[in-house]
Amino acid sequence: MNAPLHLWLIPLLPFAGFLLNGILGRRLPKWLVTTVALVAPLAAFCVVLNAAAGFLGFGPSTGSLPYIETCPIPWIDAGVLHVNFSFVLDQLSLVMLLVVTGVGFLIHIYSVGYMNDEEGYARYFSFLNLFLFFMTVLVLAGNALVMFVGWEGVGLASYLLIGFYFNKKSAADAGKKAFIVNRIGDFGFLIGMFLLLANFGTLTFSEIAAKLGMDPGWNGGVVTVIALCLMLGAAGKSAQLPLYIWLPDAMEGPTPVSALIHAATMVTAGVYMIARTHVLFDHSPFALGVVAVIGAATALFAATIALVQTDIKRVLAYSTISQLGYMFLGCGVAAYSAAIFHLVTHAFFKALLFLAAGAVIHAIGGEQDLRKMGGLWKKLPLTFAVTTAGVLAIGGFFPFAGFFSKDAILYAAFLQGPSGKALWFVGLITALLTSFYMFRLWYLAFLGKPHGETEHYHSTPWSMLGPLLVLALLSIGGGWIGMERFGSFLAPSVGAHAAEGGSARLELILSIVAVAVALAGWFVADMLYRQKSARAGQLAAAYPGSYRLLKDKYYVDEFYGAVVVKPLLGISEYFLEWFVDIGVVGGCAWLLAGLANLSGAILQRWQSGNLRSYAAWLAAGAAALLLFVLVPWTTVWPVSLDFILKVAGH
Amino acid sequence: MNSLLAQEVPLSWYLLLSALLFALGVVGFLIKRNLITVFMSIELMLNAVNLSFVTFAHQWHAVKGQIFVFFVMMVAAAEAAVGLAIIIAVFRARATLAVDRIDLMKL
Repeated sequence: MNAPLHLWLIPLLPFAGFLLNGILGRRLPKWLVTTVALVAPLAAFCVVLNAAAGFLGFGPSTGSLPYIETCPIPWIDAGVLHVNFSFVLDQLSLVMLLVVTGVGFLIHIYSVGYMNDEEGYARYFSFLNLFLFFMTVLVLAGNALVMFVGWEGVGLASYLLIGFYFNKKSAADAGKKAFIVNRIGDFGFLIGMFLLLANFGTLTFSEIAAKLGMDPGWNGGVVTVIALCLMLGAAGKSAQLPLYIWLPDAMEGPTPVSALIHAATMVTAGVYMIARTHVLFDHSPFALGVVAVIGAATALFAATIALVQTDIKRVLAYSTISQLGYMFLGCGVAAYSAAIFHLVTHAFFKALLFLAAGAVIHAIGGEQDLRKMGGLWKKLPLTFAVTTAGVLAIGGFFPFAGFFSKDAILYAAFLQGPSGKALWFVGLITALLTSFYMFRLWYLAFLGKPHGETEHYHSTPWSMLGPLLVLALLSIGGGWIGMERFGSFLAPSVGAHAAEGGSARLELILSIVAVAVALAGWFVADMLYRQKSARAGQLAAAYPGSYRLLKDKYYVDEFYGAVVVKPLLGISEYFLEWFVDIGVVGGCAWLLAGLANLSGAILQRWQSGNLRSYAAWLAAGAAALLLFVLVPWTTVWPVSLDFILKVAGH
Repeated sequence: MNSLLAQEVPLSWYLLLSALLFALGVVGFLIKRNLITVFMSIELMLNAVNLSFVTFAHQWHAVKGQIFVFFVMMVAAAEAAVGLAIIIAVFRARATLAVDRIDLMKL
């Protein structure tokens, strides 16, 4: 029997922080706002650590996973639908919780320094705490509906934080774009849930798994449809093709938000969801294949765009999309633990890179253009050092964290038969591109000659440097746990990945190939951006078409604008607004109003105020009554009708 | 010689007279523009009705009709008092008794 772990505290603590700072934040002194904002995630992190310690054998309570906590009051109890507000702690959610609350806490600390001079300090932290609340609900969810609550909630928090500088139109638009594009994915999630309910009669993950396990007949068919619907939801949240377009724009938010929500945690919710519902995907090879192909395609696609972007945050955003593509690829080859492993290491190094970018932007006074940076290593030595660690980690260099997880995914892909080899190759090309664009960023920002006119550098406070150092250490050492151990730890949750035909030797060869490819990327970046810095411009000039294509992000935004947004706006404006709203609805209203007006205008004439006309009507009425009483209509009508017919007939 | 005077007047004549008086009252009520004339037309109509009451009372040998006539006359007297008071008030306020110009009752 488990000792109570009080899982409900994990989401509720940040929620309390949100309420406190959200309602009272304006009136509280700044130090109190900071304290509340930091204590809430720290306390949640401690609860998670307590739980983790118990299950990892360090603490007093050594229960067994999964550990379930259910709200005693049923949430929805209608007919066949029974949904409880239940939290489940298993290996998967434990790992995810550690990342979310741990990295989340670090980014909260960093934000204290970064947002110090900003307006809306309390608002910022209340939203950040709100995000942690919903994210932990999402992670802890024991059934799809609770997960959906968290899912929508993180979308809301993301919207609020992207549009944090809501006075800026681009920021407000970016928030809306993120929210609306995510709706498409959420639609898939919802349909998936309805289908789950219709076919399994339950939304609880463990019950679905049990029902699937009991009957081997569940294969393809409806399971594929459900899995594809869920995948659509995951693709929306995790910014995969074709729904990735919101993530680059989401960089309008404050940089720590980009680090926390749009790199480390929220965008990985899609991957988490696929891992959580992996039993469905396991029963549908087709859906798995789609996931893998989408992941690989997104990885390559986003990496090519990242090659030429000049905004430091946009490079990182496309790199995030690309890395999320890796995770999808990992899920798609049923190597869920490898995908989650990459999720974890990616959370470390991408949060690090974003925070370092934030430190750079902070130091040089808000400039985000890579071309105007340069030579920063002298001014910001510590930031330079941690960024180097992050770049090496994402590039997949041994022994940094990214090497282990990326390698695990590529290895798993390689073992998936001939199609897997193609996926592996795409992943490898992506690794080359990744290494190239990250070193490009590194060279442009930190090495070379200073390009900017900035003379005055803001000093980076320790509240920002501290989290950077911790994350740098995690980016370096986060992968040392090794895929073997990590995989076997996660196995009870997501199943062990059975790799056929694998061998230690093959893995070693593939790792060497991957590192060689990463080195090649570095070498090319070195050639273009260090040795002869003019060469990059010449290359771009030599291939103006492809350069423009990449620079303008394959015109996907324009394409969506023309194919989806414009027709939708057109339909909304001309059909819905002009025809339906103004024409039909408004027309009916006008017609009724006009009818009333007209009859009023006619009837008004009776109410002339003229005594004699009233009297006349009175007399006419009396005469009519008299006529009605005196004339024997029953005999008059048939006779006159007969007469009329006769006249008409002859 | 059978004098007309010796014969009883048929009931229908009374009724005809009553109808005639009533119609006169209605017509006067409708076409006259002077408020006092309109008022008098109302009295005429009441009395036409009284006449038919009495006629029927005589025909059926029922005294109820005649009693009712007293009621009508009484109410008519009260109504005349009120009506004339209103007419005087209207005249004082507007210096006219033309019905068409007293049209404040419209919207």
